[in-house]
Amino acid sequence: MKRFTKDHEWVELDGDIATVGITDHAQEALGDITFVELPDVGRTLAPGDAFAVVESVKAASDVYAPLAGEVTEINGALDDKPELVNEAAEGAGWFIKLKVADAAAVEALMEQAAYDDFLKTIE
Amino acid sequence: MSDTFTGNKALEIHEPLIFETGHVATTGVDVEEPAAFESRLGGHARKTPIDLPGLTEPETMRHYVRLSRQNYAIDLGLYPLGSCTMKHNPRLNEKMARLPGFADIHPLQPLSTVPGALELMQELSHWLCAMTGMTAVALSPKAGAHGELAGMMAIRAAIAAKGETRHVVLVPESAHGTNPATAAALGYKVESIKAREDGTVSVEAVKEKLSADVAAIMLTNPNTCGLFEPEVKAIADAVHEAGAYFYGDGANFNAIVGKAKPGDLGVDAMHINLHKTFSTPHGGGGPGSGPVVLSERLAPFAPVPFLRADGTLVERADEAGEGEMPFGRLTAFHGQMGMYVRALAYMMSHGADGLKEASEDAVLAANYLKAQLADVMSVSFPDRPAMHEVLFDESFLKGSGITTLDFAKAMIDEGYHPMTMYFPLVVHGAMLIEPTESESLPSLDLFIATLRDLARSAREGDTARFTEAPRLAPRRRLDETKSARKPVLTYEPPAPYQEAAE
Repeated sequence: MKRFTKDHEWVELDGDIATVGITDHAQEALGDITFVELPDVGRTLAPGDAFAVVESVKAASDVYAPLAGEVTEINGALDDKPELVNEAAEGAGWFIKLKVADAAAVEALMEQAAYDDFLKTIE
Repeated sequence: MSDTFTGNKALEIHEPLIFETGHVATTGVDVEEPAAFESRLGGHARKTPIDLPGLTEPETMRHYVRLSRQNYAIDLGLYPLGSCTMKHNPRLNEKMARLPGFADIHPLQPLSTVPGALELMQELSHWLCAMTGMTAVALSPKAGAHGELAGMMAIRAAIAAKGETRHVVLVPESAHGTNPATAAALGYKVESIKAREDGTVSVEAVKEKLSADVAAIMLTNPNTCGLFEPEVKAIADAVHEAGAYFYGDGANFNAIVGKAKPGDLGVDAMHINLHKTFSTPHGGGGPGSGPVVLSERLAPFAPVPFLRADGTLVERADEAGEGEMPFGRLTAFHGQMGMYVRALAYMMSHGADGLKEASEDAVLAANYLKAQLADVMSVSFPDRPAMHEVLFDESFLKGSGITTLDFAKAMIDEGYHPMTMYFPLVVHGAMLIEPTESESLPSLDLFIATLRDLARSAREGDTARFTEAPRLAPRRRLDETKSARKPVLTYEPPAPYQEAAE
């Protein structure tokens, strides 16, 4: 089950490995994405650390770590096909996999319904 | 009348790429084959043909003149590019800059032969400090961002001189994009400060982020929402209290010349874009110039070369006297002399009252646009007076299928350069409009009527006017996404040419 942040990242936990990306709302707001800069595998992240940069025709934005952990894998496909983020932000357009330090910390993030409500408040 | 045989439309001449006009196998100049010689390039000599097209002199000249006719310029029309201050470049400036005593001197001439140039730099320095309420100025930075770099390096030097190390620079999200880039380039960790609902920065939000690890805040005032920061003095006090410095981005100084002095607001360093506030040409029309003014606290760290208050020139760090600790040198010589002449000509021809009036007129023009468009476009921050620029967002286009980008492209068909768009990021689909004081009332009225007509089309569902625009420009809309994802940066000749070359 996915959880969401107010900065429009999503995270899906499988054991202690979290897959992280940006939400469908985020890709919609950014417009056509032209480049994604991903971190090196092995980098340790604290919650809120800017770990990636996503560039679109409109803007360049930082992407923040929703949880603490170590980067174990990055989505290399985004190098050649950044459009994957537009096509499937919450699927094939994932950014990184993170070995999380504290899996329970995910509970503090929003569930889908809460995130949907949050989106209504910022419209 | 339909298409012509040539593809030209009278004075609108279709212009192919220079590679299509010329040919790599020909040359426009005759240079004799050199006699036998021994290369001293150590194996670095080019081994493949250079593949540049050969053109005659008239062909070359026509190519660039024709391209220049497809360009938009301040000399052609209203140029509402927000935050860029595309104001008129007075011809008097040009006349002064071409005086042989300024135009024909060389930076390696003996100092004794250029007292006039030094006096001009001294005079310009004096007025820049007077207008900003600051102690010292480094004239040499060659652009706004270069001035930012100089100011931040002075801050870093001042912190080091105190025996401290600080790693964080605070940047509100309504700051210019170069601010976080400058801080990051110097190795600082950038922390963003969110804007309030009303588009300004609160002193509480700054205090929350302040710590002994914060080196500086970089604040743009008036900010990129076109608003004067009401708590700027309290922010400065809090920053100083924490032992940090206040970098003020001076790109929007043109709104407050003669009205408020950054030094009085607590600013420690600020660059001044001579090509914005002081009417020298922007890049392309001439080099930029970004002198940085420094407060008493930072003045000792000014880079060389600098002029002392008594007019003596300090050219090298080892010539520095007591209390002078220059952090180094940024440029080979003294910076953009031609821009100093133009900026001082602008100052002297306007006088103190004229400079103040220019600021007031710039603010008046922006507020006039705001008042005349508020009922048909969405003003992002309607409750606060705008400064020299006014920010709209795309909420008035909601449900029309038209975006800020489409709206901007439709402006091209109407003969206007688009406004700054999608910046600042504080609002959705930003349209940042800065008319400057250069526009007459009829010119502003025609611009307003045009935007009102576009807004009406959008309301009435004439989406084609937007989504298909520009329809009348030399080129139709380019595929911005594809050009960013798969840029083609080299010319590939068509097949027959390739064969001929091989």
